[in-house]
Amino acid sequence: MTIAEIQTILNADFICGEEWRDHEVQTACGSDMMSDVLAFVKNQSVLLTGLVNPQVIRTAEMMDMVCVVFVRGKVPDSAMIALAQQREIALLTTPERMFTACGKLYAAGLGGGVKA
Amino acid sequence: MAALLTLHYDVPGDDFTRAGEASSDVKKKLKALGVDPEAIRKVAIAMYEGEINMVIHAHGGTVTVTVEPDHIQMVLADTGPGIPNVELAMTEGYSTAPDEVRNLGFGAGMGLPNMKKYTDDIHIDTELGVGTTVYMTVQI
Repeated sequence: MTIAEIQTILNADFICGEEWRDHEVQTACGSDMMSDVLAFVKNQSVLLTGLVNPQVIRTAEMMDMVCVVFVRGKVPDSAMIALAQQREIALLTTPERMFTACGKLYAAGLGGGVKA
Repeated sequence: MAALLTLHYDVPGDDFTRAGEASSDVKKKLKALGVDPEAIRKVAIAMYEGEINMVIHAHGGTVTVTVEPDHIQMVLADTGPGIPNVELAMTEGYSTAPDEVRNLGFGAGMGLPNMKKYTDDIHIDTELGVGTTVYMTVQI
């Protein structure tokens, strides 16, 4: 699946990183707890979250993720967007809630990957 | 043998939004050195958790990273309150972090356990009222 397909499936908007829309992603995870992402995630490319603070981008960076999707229509501030752009992480925002967003992507073939 | 690279950072204690800047810089420098990506990931995660801990609990501190031919050592030192019970603090889910930290996505009691999980060796020197120094090593 590509980041562009995620955008379509979730009826999402690009906040930044549209130039990476054709980037292939294999797996995703959904969490508002960054400690859990750091503890239990391995080789996931996409993070879905309802949390909006710079540590979301930092966590994605540490985990080598390429895309963060903010659920429930949340939008990060300009400092977060600048950080994501520096780190080449695409940011999307979707009106979907977390459960629905994860379910739609899973049903479309995006897996959960393996435990760290 | 002399270290391949030594890096030193001050971690500001009053700004949660800046936590992780040092880990991010280390990640970039290790990548430039051509270090194995899996080792870089381990170092980045362990050090990032350490930075977050220093900001949450100890009003910041310092990090020194030494890259040797066969391993990377991180020394995280603070002058915070110290850890009353290290064994308990290493237990997954045990946390003394305030609720506002949980609202930021941390404070779930995974910091030290994650630091142990992603490193090959961890040693903690701590004294109440004096501070804590965490030594972590990742083999490369």
